[in-house]
Order: sequence, then structure tokens, then C-alpha cells
Amino acid sequence: MADFLIEIGLEEIPARMIAAAQAELEKRVVGLLERERLVAAGAVGRSYSTPRRLAVLVEGVAQQQQDMSEELQGPSVKIAYKDGVATPAAVAFARKAGVAVEALQTVSTPKGEYIVATAVRPGRSAAEVIATELPKEIAGLYWPKNMYWRQGRPERFVRPVRWLLALLGEAVVPVEFAGYVAGSVTYGHRVLFGEQPVPVASPAEYADKLRAAFVIADVEARRHTIRKALDHATRAVDGLRWREDHGLVDKLTHLTEWASDRSVVLGSFEPEYLDLPEEVLVTVMRDHQSYFALEDSAGKLAPYFLAVLNTQAEETGLAVIRHGNARVLRARFNDARFFWEFDQRTPLTQRMELLKSVTFQKDLGSYAVKAERVQALAGKLGHMAAGRGVAVNAEALNTAAQLAKTDLTCELVKEFTELQGIVGGLYARAQGLGSDVADVIYDHYLPQSMDDAVPRTVEGALLAIADKADTIAGMFGLGLEPTGSKDPFALRRAVNGVVKILAESAVALPLTLREIAYAATSDQAVAARVHSFLAERLEFYLRDAHQQAYDVVKAVLASGNDDVRDAVARAFAVTVVRGGQDFVAVSAAFKRMKNILTQAAEKDAAPAEFVNAGLFADDAERALWERSAELASEVAVLRTEAKYHPALELIATLRPQVDAFFDAVMVMAPEPAVRANRLALLREVLADFSGIADFSEIVVAG
Amino acid sequence: MEKSALTFQELLFRLQRFWAERGCVLQQPFDVEVGAGTMSPDTFLRVLGPKPINIAYAQPSRRPADGRYGENPNRLFRHTQLQVILKPPPVRIQEIYLESLEAIGIDLKEHDIKFEEDNWEWPVGGAWGVGWQVMLDGLEITQFTYFQQCGGMDLDPICGEITYGLERIAGFLQDVDSIYDIVWAIEPETGRKVTYGEIRLAEEEQYSAYSFDYADVPKLWEHLSLYESECLALLEKAKGFEQMDALTLKRFPVLGAYELALKCSHVFNLLDARGAISVTERVGVMARIRALVVGVAKIYAAQGAAKSQAALQG
Repeated sequence: MADFLIEIGLEEIPARMIAAAQAELEKRVVGLLERERLVAAGAVGRSYSTPRRLAVLVEGVAQQQQDMSEELQGPSVKIAYKDGVATPAAVAFARKAGVAVEALQTVSTPKGEYIVATAVRPGRSAAEVIATELPKEIAGLYWPKNMYWRQGRPERFVRPVRWLLALLGEAVVPVEFAGYVAGSVTYGHRVLFGEQPVPVASPAEYADKLRAAFVIADVEARRHTIRKALDHATRAVDGLRWREDHGLVDKLTHLTEWASDRSVVLGSFEPEYLDLPEEVLVTVMRDHQSYFALEDSAGKLAPYFLAVLNTQAEETGLAVIRHGNARVLRARFNDARFFWEFDQRTPLTQRMELLKSVTFQKDLGSYAVKAERVQALAGKLGHMAAGRGVAVNAEALNTAAQLAKTDLTCELVKEFTELQGIVGGLYARAQGLGSDVADVIYDHYLPQSMDDAVPRTVEGALLAIADKADTIAGMFGLGLEPTGSKDPFALRRAVNGVVKILAESAVALPLTLREIAYAATSDQAVAARVHSFLAERLEFYLRDAHQQAYDVVKAVLASGNDDVRDAVARAFAVTVVRGGQDFVAVSAAFKRMKNILTQAAEKDAAPAEFVNAGLFADDAERALWERSAELASEVAVLRTEAKYHPALELIATLRPQVDAFFDAVMVMAPEPAVRANRLALLREVLADFSGIADFSEIVVAG
Repeated sequence: MEKSALTFQELLFRLQRFWAERGCVLQQPFDVEVGAGTMSPDTFLRVLGPKPINIAYAQPSRRPADGRYGENPNRLFRHTQLQVILKPPPVRIQEIYLESLEAIGIDLKEHDIKFEEDNWEWPVGGAWGVGWQVMLDGLEITQFTYFQQCGGMDLDPICGEITYGLERIAGFLQDVDSIYDIVWAIEPETGRKVTYGEIRLAEEEQYSAYSFDYADVPKLWEHLSLYESECLALLEKAKGFEQMDALTLKRFPVLGAYELALKCSHVFNLLDARGAISVTERVGVMARIRALVVGVAKIYAAQGAAKSQAALQG
């Protein structure tokens, strides 16, 4: 047994691609060794990555495959032997199997007697197997964007390969890829260590050898060190705290090979830039410069930034680096201030005209046209909501809808596209349109993801829904539905947003998915497709945002998929009670009822139109009938009050009657009238209790 | 300005000498308006076909819409790129690039260098590549690209392109906050500093005014049509390469056609800066220019192939 290590040395891999590639390489290497019987099933590997390398280490790899014996079946005995002498067919079979003719044996099978050969396949050495098979795994790695670099275009990869290292124990495995044959050396940090090779004697010393060459190959160790360095640098100024940003920590972890207490600098900027909106400052720091923002003890943005370096330096070097980064940030802030001031010369209210020359989609016209459509749709939805008792500021909604897209004509948004909407909101406020309008514009792209917040106000929620629904309906009208992994207009995200807003808005919006779909377009066929797309995303929402089990979601949506909040409440209630024994039993019984009804329908045994108490032949029938009728009216009341949990508890109390019924009664009775009456009873019971969820969909363990 | 920092022209000298010593032919800037060094025929056409080339040149690059009348300290109508083309790229290309930074006085031990993903695309030229922006202490100082396609054609061998932003780098080295404060040269006799502003501010002011306020839109449209029709006529004639004798073939003005295509591209940029191209027109005009640029790339490749075919037969 030995450890196996493979390292692929590369020019800098894009940070966003590293984690997935590292995981995939680990899976491929372990999978290959398992498949080739070089490690025990279920073996785990350890993997490493930096921008310039991917590596996988697997312990306990056999040096040699076990020999494998394999029984091969040949022709029938009748064909193989003539008068006890082997025929040419038998000789050919023996040759193919690699055994002597004398070694052939005979077995009896249901089809008669056949000859068989036991062929032994000698195991190959691990080195041979790995050298042959591993290059295919490397070449098979998925990269979102590939390149060619060698003449003749022999391979595609994310960036040029620059070295390979492959060791089985202390021996080099000559894995070949991209013109390199693996050796036993790796390379350290470009600047801190230099270009000289780093010999690695065995896989076990790989990480330590690299650490000595200023490379932390273990991603989590590097991430941890970066976090500590951020803390360390922040302590230079009392009361400062860096703003947690997991995404940015992750990005920087994948942009660096090394980290230490001397690999983060705390820089500052002139406090007058704090007059610019925080959103703009943070976007410049985070998205354009990969800097962390800091805040004071009151949580207010402080005039400092943290830059994570792919190096470390002495104090003089750090001072130079700090100064350089501060200089760049100042220039960026200056630009932002320039754009901000420039944009104020033309207020949003004068920018509607300019929207005519900004295309939304070539067949759907300009943003000016879209704004008109959204304005009408938002108004319609607002009117519906107001009619059902929601307080809607129709005027603010109308103004916001009209102005929401005008920031697309502003320089600041052209420079910082990710701030669309937000800039509009900030400008609306600065231009005296009032927070009633400004907040609506500010929020109307929300939520951008399942983790994002929803708009804060009713009007914001209405505008966000109207904007998204208009996009979806417009694209569907052009036949541009998302297919498979293709969703170029991010329509799934838009629909997820609509569902999430309906489920989570601070004030409930009494609008159904159907109403939204049919308000968004006058084309009934398109509306129907939009509606079913919305319903499908409700299923996704319940599972993704609330981790609802598959069967619960199915059961709940079978009883209604139009009212988002109601569906969420029902799903929660079902999830709470589904573990209870009585509930399990009742669910199982409901499933049985449904099956009986289905089977009966297949045999043309129709239920009676009404349940006739006079036809009950057994007390258990009568008991179920009476008890379920009592419960049904109580459950109905609870349901209208949306008290789903107690309603479900109540349904579960039907268990004794249900159990007794199935113990005592045979539904498919020979007498047609009795049978039809019993089927009608089951149908009624199911109908009475399926308003919250179709319990027959609940999967019962065991 | 830091005492030891290079002047703008010293910076250019050093980089040119550095690349000349590593086998690059030094070429002078191309004398037709371009938006980037990539558009010079020394890049756009030389990367096509099998012939290796190592070449470097400083290319003044005009982007009319980026002009700010000389009022913005960080933005220019015309900036200077030092363009290096290495075809095929050497294995140590990144290391050599880092050595070039040392050559201009950047001690890598005292700075933070990152290669961050940044892919390049010029749709009008049917060209794209993958690569990085090189960040020095948070400042993008270089675009580093491995070309993959040009003129809609796969490249083999590919080339490595290194584009230094000279104003950015000079501003960084000299630690000035405005481009116009960059020291361009120091008079040896007097020690007087000649600044970037002294040499170029008037250009920025006037060309910004020209692009945004004065350029005659109907005339620009006429220019565009004229250049386009002449380029198209040449592309049409180029369809007869097979029938041409060797002399006519080698003298066929593909390079002239390319200049005409570049003229169209620049006129388009002026019209754009002037706000004269509506969104609906935009896509169409870009397609027209793409047809020219990609068309020229195709006949350049065809001419090269026909010439080597003729040489084989002759």
C-alpha cells in the first residue's frame, strides 16, 4: 500500500472555476482507483488547489491489481467435441480465452451442456494503470471556458499546463498530459519563492514542502489564515470591524497562493468620500477592487478598506502596497463622484424620453415601452390588492413604475451596472421624490436570488412582481421559454422572485399566480404557459427555500397551487404532523382508499352518487361515515381560518374509525349496491379531507 | 513624482528595449486611427496563418466616447498601449512578463501581483481570447490574452498578447493622481519637467469637443459609406485570387482594404460618441463593419495560402 499524489501545475486558473474543478478531479481520481481495484470501495481522497495548481492525494493505494479469474462460456459440448476429440471450435475458444484445450471444462446449464474456460487476467501494476488511465480523467475535467495553446491544438484546457507531478509512494508515475510527463517536483510562490523547482520525495510531505515554498495548498487552511490576517490588520485601528463577506473571502482564497499576518493591508480613504452613498462605495470596493469594507462600532461605514494580497511583505513593502491600493481606490471614488454629479444635471423625471433609445429586447421594444407596460400592470395588480383590503399608495406606485428604469440612462449605472435600481432609488431620494417613491424604485429588482431580501414595501413588492411578470410574459410570447440548462434571460430567477415575494412580503399580497399570469398578458395561451411555469417554480420554492420533502410538496400542491402563502402554510403544517403515528396510519388508509377507487374505476365498478346510510351492513361503516361527517365540518372551519395544524391533528383522530372500517369491511362486496355505496363513502371521506393536502401522496416509511 | 521613477518616455524606452532583447521586432505605431493596439495590422493580420512573429509597438488608441475634455484625471480620448505579440507564445511567457516589470523598476517583492481572469473579445473583428488582467497593488496595468480566434477563424499557432497601459503604469510609478501630471520627459540641460498635460491636454480638449460637439453627422455617414463601398469593391475583386498571376496576387492590396475597414470603425466610433446612432441602427451598422473586418481577415488568409501555393508550384 502506498499514497498516491497527482498535481497539475497551471497558469492562473480563474478563481470562480477552482473549487468545482478541485472537487471534480478528486472524484475522478478516487473513482478511477476504485474502478481499477486499487483502493477499497468508498476510499476518500484529499484535494488541494491554488490558482496555479490542482492536486489530489489518496492513501492506501495498492501497488498491484489482484489477478482476476473469469469464467468464459464457450460453445455447447456437442459442437466442441466430436467423438471425444476437441473440434476446431473448441480450439479457437481455448485460444481466445488464453487456456490450453485440456483445461476446458464442462458445465450443465438449463440449455444443455457447455464448455467453459477459467481465464486468469493478471493484475496490472498501479503505476501502469494510472499512467494509462489518468490522462483521460484530466482531459475530461469540465471547464466553463477552455483554450488551446499548443501548436496543432492537441488539447483544450482552462489555461496552459506547466508541469505535472505524480507519485505513488516514492516512485514517479509517468502520467502524460499536455506535453508534460509527470515528475517529482512542484513549484512554489512566483515572487516569494522564485522559479527553482521544489522536490517532493513522497505524497505525505507535499503540503509541507509547498508551505516551505510559500504556498498554502490546503484551501481551508488558506481561507482560515486570510480571515485571521483580516482580523489582525483591522486591529490597527480601535473600534473598527470588517464587514463579513463570505463571497469575497472565497474569491480571494482562490486568487492567492499564500497568506500570513503580513498579507493583508488596512488602507484608508478621505472621509469626504463618505458623502457618496454607501452602496456606491461598497460596490467599488467589493466588486471592482475586491476590498473589504469596514465599519465603526456604531455599524457606520468607516473610511478604511482591507486589501488581501497574494504575497507578504515587510513593513516598508506593505506601506508601498497600501499606498498603491489607496491611490487606485481614490481614483475610482473620484470617478463615481464625477458620475454622480454629472447625472444630477438631468433629473430622472426628464429621462423618460431617453429610455426610448435603450432597447429592452429587440422584439419587445425599448425600455420606455416596457415602463409603460409595467406601469399598467403594476396599477392593475395594485387595484386588485387594494380591493381586497391591502393599503396601496397607488400614486407612489404609479410614479415609481414610470421612473424605475430611467437610471439605465445614467452614467453611474453604465459604470456600475450591478447598481441598477439602487441608483434610481438614491437619485429619486436626492431629487426630492420622497421615500414613498424612492424605496419602491430602489427595491424593484429584488430579490436577485433565493437568499436575497424581498422589497420592503407593498408598492415595492407590486412593482417588482409587475416588472418580472412583464418580462416573463413578453419572453414567453416570443417563444423564449427556458429549456434545460438554457435560460439566457434568467426567467427562472424572475419567476422565483415573484413566488418569493408572494410568500415572504411583510404585508401579505392577496394575489394568486393565476391572476398575475393572466394580468401580465392578454394572450390567453401565453398566460396559461406563464401560469404553469409559475406553479412549477412554487414547487421549487417549497423544496429549495423551505426544504420541504418531495412528497409533502406534491401532496400540498395537489390540493391547490395558486395561492403561494397558503401552500407554504399547508406544507409547514403537513411537515409538522407527518411524523405522528395516527397521521401516518390515516395517510396510509387514504392511499388505500384512493387505490381502491382507482382499481374499481378500472373494473367499471362505479361508486353510488350518494352515500345511503340505509345500505350500511356493518357498524364500522356507519361509524366512519358519522365521525367523518362531524370532523369534516370542523376541519372546514379550521381550513377557512388557515389553522392547518389543528385541522390536520383533527383529521388524524379519524384513525380508530378508519382502522375499524378496513378491519371489518370488504369494500368490493359482491352485492353491487353495497359495493357502490361503500365506494361512495370512500370518495366522500377523501374529498372531505383533501383540501389541505392529498394525503395519498405522503410516502410512509417502512 | 518619485525621485527614481521613470519618465513616460523612459518607460516606453525600457519596455521596448526589454522586448527587443527578447527577440521582438520593434515596429512604429500604425498610422490609421484605431481603438486599440489589437486593431493594428501588426496584430490583427499577423496573428492569422502559420507564420511565427514576435513584434512590439506603442499604439496610440483613440476612443472618442471616452474623451472628457481633459477634465477627468483618469480618462482619455486617446491613450497609449504598448502592444507585444508573441506567436507562438513561449512557455515562460508569464515569467518573462514579470521580468519586464522588474525592468521598469517594480520590485516584485514590495508589490502585490495578481493574474485575474479577464477574457477579451472584439465581436466586430470576429476575435476573442482568454487571459487575465494583471493587477499591481489593485491597479490593472496589463491585459494578457491568449488569442483563440481572429476574423472568425481558429488560430494555430495561437499568440500571446501583452498590452501595457502606459499612462496607468507611468502614473503608478510616478505616484501622481492625474494623468496630466505625469512627467513625460526631463530636459537634460535645465532639469525642467515636461508633463503629459503640456504635450497632450490640448488634444484631449479639442478632440473631445470635436467628437462630442462638432463632428458633422451627415458627413460622417457619408465618410462611412464611401470607405465601406471602396472596401467592399476590393473584397469583391479578391474573389479572383485563383486566377491571378503571382505578381498581381502579391500586389493585391489586402492591407489597403484593411485600412478602409479601420476607417469605417473609427467613423462609427465618432458617430457613436456624437450620439447619432440609435439603438436600432447600431446593430446593423456594427454588422456592416464586421463584414468588412472579417472579410479582410479572410482574404488576408486566402492571399497568404495562395502565395505559398504559388511558391510551391513555381
